[in-house]
Parts: sequence; structure tokens; C-alpha cells
Amino acid sequence: MSQFDQIKARRHFLKVGATLTGASAFSPFMALTAFGAEAPVGNYPAGSKGDSVFVGICTPRTGTYAAVGEDEIKGYMLAIEHINAGDSILKKFSPHLKKGVLGKKIKYGIADSQAKPNTAVQAQTRFITENKAMMVTGCASSAVAVAINKLAQSKKVIYLPAISGSNDTTGKDCTRYSFRECFYGETAARAIAPVLVKALGKNKKIAFLTPDYTYGHTVRQSTQDALATLGGWTVATNQLSPLGTTDFSTYLLNVANSGADVVININFGRDAVLSTTQAKQFGVLDKMTLAIPYLTPFLAKEVGSDIMDGVYAGTDYWWTLEDKFDTAKAFNDAFFKKYHYMPEWGANAAYLQILMWADAIERAGTFYPPSVIKAYEQGVVFNSTVGPVHFRGEDHQLVRPVIVVKGKKTSAMKNKDDFYDVVEIVDGGPIMQKPDAFGCKLGSYT
Amino acid sequence: MISWSNFISQCINGVVLGALLALISSGLTIIYGTLGVLNLAHGALFMLGGYAGWYTYEHTQSYFLSIVLGALFVLLVGIIIERVLIRFFYSRTDEEQILVTFGLGIVIVEIIRLVFGSLSESIPIPHWAQGITSLGFMFYPTYRLVVVGIVALALFSLWLILYRTNLGMIVRAGIEDSEMVDMLGINVYRVFMVVFGVGAMAAGFAGVVNVPVTPITPDVGEDILVETFVVIVIGGVGSFPGAILGGLIAGEILSITSMFNPAYSQVMLFVVMTIVLFTRPYGLLGSKGRS
Repeated sequence: MSQFDQIKARRHFLKVGATLTGASAFSPFMALTAFGAEAPVGNYPAGSKGDSVFVGICTPRTGTYAAVGEDEIKGYMLAIEHINAGDSILKKFSPHLKKGVLGKKIKYGIADSQAKPNTAVQAQTRFITENKAMMVTGCASSAVAVAINKLAQSKKVIYLPAISGSNDTTGKDCTRYSFRECFYGETAARAIAPVLVKALGKNKKIAFLTPDYTYGHTVRQSTQDALATLGGWTVATNQLSPLGTTDFSTYLLNVANSGADVVININFGRDAVLSTTQAKQFGVLDKMTLAIPYLTPFLAKEVGSDIMDGVYAGTDYWWTLEDKFDTAKAFNDAFFKKYHYMPEWGANAAYLQILMWADAIERAGTFYPPSVIKAYEQGVVFNSTVGPVHFRGEDHQLVRPVIVVKGKKTSAMKNKDDFYDVVEIVDGGPIMQKPDAFGCKLGSYT
Repeated sequence: MISWSNFISQCINGVVLGALLALISSGLTIIYGTLGVLNLAHGALFMLGGYAGWYTYEHTQSYFLSIVLGALFVLLVGIIIERVLIRFFYSRTDEEQILVTFGLGIVIVEIIRLVFGSLSESIPIPHWAQGITSLGFMFYPTYRLVVVGIVALALFSLWLILYRTNLGMIVRAGIEDSEMVDMLGINVYRVFMVVFGVGAMAAGFAGVVNVPVTPITPDVGEDILVETFVVIVIGGVGSFPGAILGGLIAGEILSITSMFNPAYSQVMLFVVMTIVLFTRPYGLLGSKGRS
């Protein structure tokens, strides 16, 4: 810096300092600004200056989780469409929702994560730096979710995972800037375990089919613990397969030779479809009962109702909840009208995440991230498609019910999407672990 | 739990896995051996065969027709690809050939995704091959055993074409020295077109046969392509018998390793490939002069 520049900079500093000092004496707002309450954080205020705000959506559009990722995108687009149009459906969910977010239109970009953390981090970083995204969202893999959790915290941009079943997402890998809507390993296990023990009895032997990454490990552990505690169930074998396995024959032979009574399939996406189809071909499902603690969207549609007949599964949302909740009915109708099939839970999670984000901003009255986060953390009840829900301030996990379903016989299906009966809507609060049980430390606001 | 019955089960399963890999790899290896083109679109052609077979099944409900028409469709696509694209790359560098076939594979996959979406599709197992078969000490899906028979027949047909016909003789001569074949007045480029088509058809045929076992999505060829490369490296690049031997070895490695620890089965495949590369750089049945 030259001497001239130094003098200029010093003069500028003195001028700004004098202005702030003078202004703060008269204006409480300016005082707040001077002390940094609304100093730039992340993409604020740059990303919210115009008449629109940008949202970065990154889901798997190729690979094992492609079908689930496409479903999420449909949920996001419907929610954004409803908010931008100020659709009357919004009032069913929250009185705070209105046209736009603080009057601003939502614009969005979509990228393919391929369910790979590195790819997702690159795509979301581009959205954050180049598009000044005020929020990023999307995932069908917990490996991606925990990676973007960290990115969100470092960039100070809010992140909303859509599908992430690992306990770690709001456990040891939680961050201040991330909020999870969906159920997860621990709640899935504690919801389905009593139903399984009641239906199948005590002291059964389990064969696990587990995807080999954070989601699979934590869901398997939670399910194993819950079944051991409630029914004295033990593990005969745990078959770990890499994400994207196409031939499960070697694992299924091990399962067939394990002497297990129940096969618990934790695989998700296409892995779930292939492992379930092939388990039937190997005769495993004729000898053992299938149970699925964390149901992948479209499973019944892809493997067929014959295989899913009588199978117990834990899920986030099933469309027949419309008989109980008018929000679910309104969402289903809008979704069906646009996409011509009943929504699965990935679309529902995506839809709710956008609406709850808009709700938090409307309540905060600003896009300033720390204020939005505090609005989330207040635990205000939101009228979701699965009934009243709220975020837990300590770990940013939505307190929401888990839906336990049972596969229907083909002859009992009333339409082509009618694959399951809802057996139980398990209240979320009592089945959640203590907020710090999985080592959640949220981190700073700024 | 490692028991004899589990070990023998996994050995049989290895043969089943290996048979399919052998068929796909044989297509890749005869294309490379004859044309000198490393076809990275081979996995996409495998997938395309699956979709063509599934589409045929949806309209005819015939398993037999789905195999025949699915394979013929990929044969036709293979010939078209060779005529409009690949033949312009015979004299180009390896890098350019790899790039063009890699790009072609992406285009095929994305077109299929655009048309049919990402949800998996399947052909039901034909009624005569449904259920499980008791082998005394184990039960095994009947259809998978049928697949071994179908693949063996297909490989035998390929062998007949390669070793008992004039075309096969020209192909094998072309593998050894294509310039000499050209000098003898044989239109080697027409042979190349047929070879590319037949190689593609082998992948497409395997793709259809595999659909009842592994429902298809647009990405299904990606993983199989990697395994196929390992197979031809182990067996010997450009060697038809090498592809069969490599396929069976790869199937056994995947199957037996997973009995001890499933997570290491893929790793083991690459370990064996590395050992082969160190001890026999041209593969088990490959030869140094082949180009």
C-alpha cells in the first residue's frame, strides 16, 4: 500500500467511524449494525438484495439413488412453485407463509450429486459462490449430508438434507447451519422394533443386509440394539455390501446359510430393489421374514406387491395419511395433478423442507442466517403432512412421527399406488435419543 | 460362518457370475483384438440390450423374442456406430479412441434416461425357469443356472464363428496382422464393421439375459464395464479364450472372497489383476505380438 493509499484508508476509516458513532447515538438499528448483529454472514446480505433469492438443489440424478433423487426434485419444484405463486395451499401448513419469501421470488439451480460427497460439495460450492445461494438442499445419501453439513457451517449458508438416515447427520456430524426433516436410524429402529417383536415373537436370529457406509452402519446398530433390548433378538450375520452393488448373490448365499429367522434389509435406492428381488430369487424370503426399518421410496413399485406382501417397514410418509391429515391430502392432490402419481417420501421431505425454511424466514423477518437459525430453534410447531412437528433446538432434528407400514396383498390394493397399510403412526418425541447422545455439538452462528 | 456347503455354494455362484462376465468380455476383447479400439461404450451397449429386451417384452410378453430382438437391435446399433463414428478413429491415437467411445457411452446412457427415466425395469423370469433348484447341499435360483447354459451356448456360437468360418479366419488373421490381410485383397474394413456389430451384440445379448436377475437402470453398464476390463486384463487383451478364463476367475474371486469378507471382494479382484500384470504382463492367455 502506498503512502497516499494509507492516508486515504485512514481518512475513510475515521469518516466511517465518526458516522457510525454519530448514528448509533440516534438509531438503535444502526447501533446493532455497528456491533455486527447484521454484519455480512455467508451470502447475506449479497444474496438477498434483489427481488429473488437463489436456492441450490443437489440430488443424485444418476447412479444407485437416481430414482429417489428425481423424486426429491419434484417435491422441491412443487414447493417453489407454490411459494412463488402464493398458492392457497400454503396457509394449511403455516399462517406465516405467503407469496414469495419476504416477498422475494425463489430461483433455483439443480445439480447431480451422483450420491458422491465430493461431487456434491463441488456443486453446492458453485451454487454458494457463483449464485450466492441463500440455502442449499438435497441428498439421498448420508455420506453426502454430513459432507454438506460441514460445507454449510464453513460457508455460513443454511443446508437442508432431504433423505439422510444416518444417526450422525444430527449426531456427531451435526452443525448449526443444517436442519434435518426426515426420520433416521434411531427413530426408525425404535418405531419398528416393537411391531416386529409383537408380530414375530422373541429370541429371533437376524441376518442384516447392510450398505457399507455411515447410513448403513448406524441404522443397523440402532435396529440391532432395539431388537435385542425388546425381544432378545441376536445377529446371525451382517452382510456389508458397497454402495452400488448390482449382484447380491454372494451375500445372499451367506444369508441363506446363516440360520437366521428374519432378514432385515437396510439397503436403500436401487441397492434395496436389487437385494430384495434377488433375495426372493434365492428362496431367502421363502425361509425368512423380510423387514425394512428404513424404506426406500418406490420399492414396492419396483419389486412388485407380491414380494412386499406382509413386509413391515418404517417410513417417513405414506400417501394414505391423507385420510388423517388434510395437509397430506392437499399435498397429494397437488403432486398428483402435476406428476400423475402419488408422492413418495423423498418428494414429501423436499416439499416440507422448502416450506419450513420459508416459514422460518418469515418468522425471523430477515434472511440474516443467525436470525433464521434462531427462528428454527424456537421449536415453533409447523402443521406438516404427518401432523404437527417442530425442530429440536439442541441438534436441529425435526421431532416428527415415524410411519410403520405393512405391505398389502395384490388383491387388496385399491389402486396402482396402494401398496401399504399404515400400521402405526409412532410419536417421534419419545423414540428420539437425548440430543447429546450421539455427540452433537452445533458450532457457532457466525 | 465358513462351512463346506457355503464354500461349494460360493464356488458354483462364482461360475454363474463368471459366465456372464465372460460373455460381455468376449465382445469387448474381439473388438479390441481386431479393430484395436478400446470400446468404453461397451457397458452402455450392455445396458442398451437390456432396455431393448425389456421394451420387446413389454410389447410381446415373450422372453424368447426379447432375447432375439434385443440382441439384434444392439447388433444393428453396433454396425451403425461403427459406420458413422468408429471407422473414422481407426488411425487416430488411443486417447482419441478412448475419448470418443467414452463420450458415446455417456450419450447412449443419457438418451435412455431421457426416454425411460431412472426407475428400474425388469423382465419376469420365464415360468419354466422360475423357483429354486435343489443341488443336494444347497438351493440355487433355477434361472441363474439357465443363464449359465444360455451363456455357454452363446460363447460356443462365438467360438464357431471365430474358429470355424472364413469370417473368423479373417478376424483372427486381422488380429495378428491387419495390414497383411488388407494386402491379400480382403476388404478388412467390412470385416471390422461385422466384428464391431458382433462384439456389441455379445454385450447386448448378455444385457437381456441379465435383466431378470438384475433389473435395469440407465447406469447398469458402468460397474460391469470396470469388471469387464479387469477380466480381459487377467485373461489377456484380445484373446477370446482369455476372456472366458478371465471371466471365470473373476467370478470365483468375487464369490469366494465375499464368503470371508464381502467388503474385500472388489478389492481382491484388483489385487489378482495386479499380480497377473506383474507376472504375465500380457494376461494369462495373451501374447506379446497381439495389437
